[in-house]
Amino acid sequence: MRRLNLPSFGAFYYLLVCVILYLPIALLIIFSFNDAASLTFPLKGFTLRWYEQVTQSSELLFALRNSVLIALGSALVATILGGMGAIAIVRYNLPGRGAFLAVSAMPLVIPYVILGVSLLILLNQVGIPLSAPAAGLGHVIISIPYALLIISSRLVGFPNNLEEAAMDLGASYWEALGRVTIPIISPALLASFLLCFTISFDEFSIASFLVGTDATLPVYMYSQLRFPTRLPIVIALAAIIMTVTMAVMIFSEWLRRSGQNTSRK
Amino acid sequence: MKHRQRFLTLIGLPSIYLLLLFIVPLGLMAVFSFRAGTTGAARDVFTFDNYIKFFHNTSFQRLLWRSAGISFFMAIISCVLAYPLAYYLAFKAGSKKTFLMLLIIIPTWTSYLLRIFSWKLILGSSGLLNSVLQALGLIDQPSPILLYSRPAVVVTLIYVWVPFVMLPIFASLERIDRYLLEAAADLGCTRFEAFLRVTFPLSLPGVVAGFFFAFIPTLGEFVTPLLVGGAQGSMYGNLIQDQFMRALNWPMGSVMSLAMLVIVLLMMFLLTRVGPLTDLLGL
Repeated sequence: MRRLNLPSFGAFYYLLVCVILYLPIALLIIFSFNDAASLTFPLKGFTLRWYEQVTQSSELLFALRNSVLIALGSALVATILGGMGAIAIVRYNLPGRGAFLAVSAMPLVIPYVILGVSLLILLNQVGIPLSAPAAGLGHVIISIPYALLIISSRLVGFPNNLEEAAMDLGASYWEALGRVTIPIISPALLASFLLCFTISFDEFSIASFLVGTDATLPVYMYSQLRFPTRLPIVIALAAIIMTVTMAVMIFSEWLRRSGQNTSRK
Repeated sequence: MKHRQRFLTLIGLPSIYLLLLFIVPLGLMAVFSFRAGTTGAARDVFTFDNYIKFFHNTSFQRLLWRSAGISFFMAIISCVLAYPLAYYLAFKAGSKKTFLMLLIIIPTWTSYLLRIFSWKLILGSSGLLNSVLQALGLIDQPSPILLYSRPAVVVTLIYVWVPFVMLPIFASLERIDRYLLEAAADLGCTRFEAFLRVTFPLSLPGVVAGFFFAFIPTLGEFVTPLLVGGAQGSMYGNLIQDQFMRALNWPMGSVMSLAMLVIVLLMMFLLTRVGPLTDLLGL
């Protein structure tokens, strides 16, 4: 019954999509080593000077620092809030559960531009000046749904009788959470932290409304896209970041998988 | 009672955060939409002027509908392109599945801005496409192809979203019980019939989720039009961004944002008939 031409068509299509997905990125990487300030063909020659200049641009390093700090902060807050929410919705089916689920998933279906401008209005009304941490407030909102998803799928994987056993042995509920539940879900907490970090680190729309003069890396990059001569430096930095992100994401994916495997046993 | 207390303690902090920094800002935006101006005395005026202006300005509405149309069209194409990919990975890739999946995901870890920007390097007048065509002797004058137009925006966004759209479709295909397909074959279905009557209907929640993954960000998109769309390719998101960042007419911008929100909620309502949102997200 198995038709032979079908798998080969699928493989061909897969290959084609892969080529198209990687082509623009390959171009970026090629230009990051190209010895010319303008990103045009034909190529000039090989150079590492753009990578050297990355380390010398103080504006760029300041933006990078901002991005790392707010990504760390928002990922930490989103993971804590998401973790608390996940334990509540997985372990209890009480009134309020449905409403919480609906509200916490809503940021997934609202365009970021709306989240950005609504937070801009709030900050303006309360009188908080625009800054990079203000963008972090918004990043927590968009990260919470992902944190909830990752952590609750881990919680579903193990029954709550371990918590009950701990309590039978004299632990209070909060001790049981701290000494049994949290260690068990720790791979999911770390995976959530890493994913939320990358969400915040790459986010432009919300940040563009909220950072003021305190640019994050994507906001800084966007401002540089208008000055063609500065582009190779930006691209060199992006190539470095992509390499780091890849390492982080592969590590977090490995954590998530190893977490799931142990819960199935 | 004990349970209730623990539940409320756990859910309290995240609820307060979402209330203060998500629900309240949206509410404030609704309040702003009834104001006459951004600052000063105009703040305290209650007026329907912005709504009247919005509904009388056909160019606003045209851009909103056109952006919704573009997003819809783009999301459908992304689903169509992602489906065979997800199908291949779920049913044909075998033991290499995880690795092949990873290969599709890796490009999405490049900066979003640069993934969009890179299309300028392809479509621009001294870009890859032009250089290749010139080298092949197909054209003699380099000229930007597609760039600074709506099609450029659509092509770029499809590039950005196909991997993300593929994920939920793949997940829904993976969940299908393979015995159902055997049963269909035993009952005399051809492979194509089995696909139409078993596989495809069962994968529909994933397709709907994928559709939204692409549709919603695109509706609010203002970066891609700025980078590759030019003046011809601007979208509704640009209009909103303009009101807040340049025209500084926040009340009008609020009305525009609310109009967009209505469209999103309408789409959600129509398409969640397929299944509840929480199911689609796998929560």
